Amino acid sequence: MIERRYALLLIALGALLLVSCVVSLGFGPARVPLEVVWRILLHKAVGIGEVSWSAGQEHIVWLIRVPRMLLGALVGAGLALIGAVLQAVTRNPLADPHLLGVTSGATLGAVIVVLHVGQVIGLLTLPLAAFIGALLSMLVVLAVASRNGRLESDRLLLCGVAVSFVMMAVANLLLFMGDHRAASAVMFWMLGGLGLARWELLAIPSATVLLGLLLLLGMARPLNALMAGEQTAVTLGLNARNVRLKVFLITSLMTGVLVSISGSIGFVGLMVPHIARRLVGAEHRRLLPACGLLGSLFLVWVDVAARTLIAPEDLPIGVATAAIGGLFFIGLMRKR
Amino acid sequence: MPTLDLHHLAWSPLGHSHCHHQFQLRDASLQVGAGEFVGLIGPNGSGKTSLLRCAYRFSKPEQGEVRFDHQNVWKQPSRWCAQRIAVVLQEFPDAFGLRVDEVVAMGRTPHKGLFDGDTQHDRQLVQQALDSVGLLGFEDHAFATLSGGEKQRVILARALAQQPQLLILDEPTNHLDPRYQLELLKLVKRLQIGTLASIHDLNLAAAFCDRLYVINHGRIITSGTPHEVLTTELLREVFGVEALIDAHPLSGYPRITWITQP
Repeated sequence: MIERRYALLLIALGALLLVSCVVSLGFGPARVPLEVVWRILLHKAVGIGEVSWSAGQEHIVWLIRVPRMLLGALVGAGLALIGAVLQAVTRNPLADPHLLGVTSGATLGAVIVVLHVGQVIGLLTLPLAAFIGALLSMLVVLAVASRNGRLESDRLLLCGVAVSFVMMAVANLLLFMGDHRAASAVMFWMLGGLGLARWELLAIPSATVLLGLLLLLGMARPLNALMAGEQTAVTLGLNARNVRLKVFLITSLMTGVLVSISGSIGFVGLMVPHIARRLVGAEHRRLLPACGLLGSLFLVWVDVAARTLIAPEDLPIGVATAAIGGLFFIGLMRKR
Repeated sequence: MPTLDLHHLAWSPLGHSHCHHQFQLRDASLQVGAGEFVGLIGPNGSGKTSLLRCAYRFSKPEQGEVRFDHQNVWKQPSRWCAQRIAVVLQEFPDAFGLRVDEVVAMGRTPHKGLFDGDTQHDRQLVQQALDSVGLLGFEDHAFATLSGGEKQRVILARALAQQPQLLILDEPTNHLDPRYQLELLKLVKRLQIGTLASIHDLNLAAAFCDRLYVINHGRIITSGTPHEVLTTELLREVFGVEALIDAHPLSGYPRITWITQP
């Protein structure tokens, strides 16, 4: 009975996401009628239909908005998944992808490259530098957090936060002393945005999110057990340290890839898991798929808001998610 | 044939044997036979929990060996242990709104591989476990909304779903009212699998245990049947209290009456 309700819910969420993805393409500084969007998609994807739209419309829909929508869906799903498993592993309902220290490492990498190196390898320079920064900060957190061969979740989080502060201090110092035009470019990336989305940049994040989802689904039982506590997990036959290390590595790498392309988009990873748990419960084999779908759905629509609210300017999507997320949390707390 | 054999264990918190006299173990040995209900009693900080942690392969002893079925548990993967020994702790998965059946189903973890789903057999075991702790029909309830006694019984059901050969319980009757204290221990006793439990309430220990071990300052002071172990001298020496001991009028096991007058 419960399983059937769950299956229906997943199908409904999936359908809603598909519809949202298509409908969202019509919104933006230049409105494109839904019917035209639909015909462009059909023509491009399966090659049917006559060309009855302007080259401009086609360019906007197919080369700008579709990749951007896909990136939004991927980033939303990824961040929500990461948040859900981190909250379980640390038994801390406030855990969030950006607490791992990876995001500030990525920021520092981006700042250094934009201010002092320049776009040496074109469009990919910033994401690549950000990813290297993310990777380095992950290693630093891991080195500081592990002690006597143990890896406690509290220490992981605290080290993540501490490393974050140091990295952000350096990044902010560089920004403060650096060229202001370059600074505003970095600032825009830091606040989060999907503006970098291009077709050729989508392969890596999609592989990352899909692989991450599969690996985390495979670890669903250990994740459930860790939610019950460290000692309980051991009595259920798990090596808690190994599970935590794996989860930390998987989530850090995922966060690194997503952040380097889209900047630090806050609150999705914190908020969406809580909504998903209300819908389907905390058991991870059920939670993770629902969490991914909800995260995608959320970010696709927030991005619509981001590109229409102050059009033709792009509102940094991180600003929108943080505002919506904060208000949502206040509402949730007042209801309790 | 003992199933659990703790052989001359020494352990100290964080490996600093020179400080932390509390919680240490020094040359502690203990056996639990198949189907035997063994109680572990001792004052606070005497090392009860440390000993249990060694027994369920959470803490690794610095000296001595923990054997189950003649196998050194530290030479086996932790999964091997979890397939044979289930543990009831005072650790409750309160956050995140887990449901009762999800908590009980965790007991199947050691029997499952990475991508294995729940089979009909697993679901049956969960139902049986819930039935035997009297919580059938509570599957959909959120664990966090249960009373302390119900939570304790759910954790026991999880241990049962693990299909263990040995049960270890750390203060299982803590936070329970008299009715559930008795029901929980009766239930465990009915299971007739080897059980090692630390128990604070000496009258309960006397009523339910086949044998008792007394631990003090990390050493096993004495062991034997409740009649052999529970004497006024021992209570004075180990617990520092005066008591009268007579036989329970109905069942005959030792009954302890504390002397509270100054």
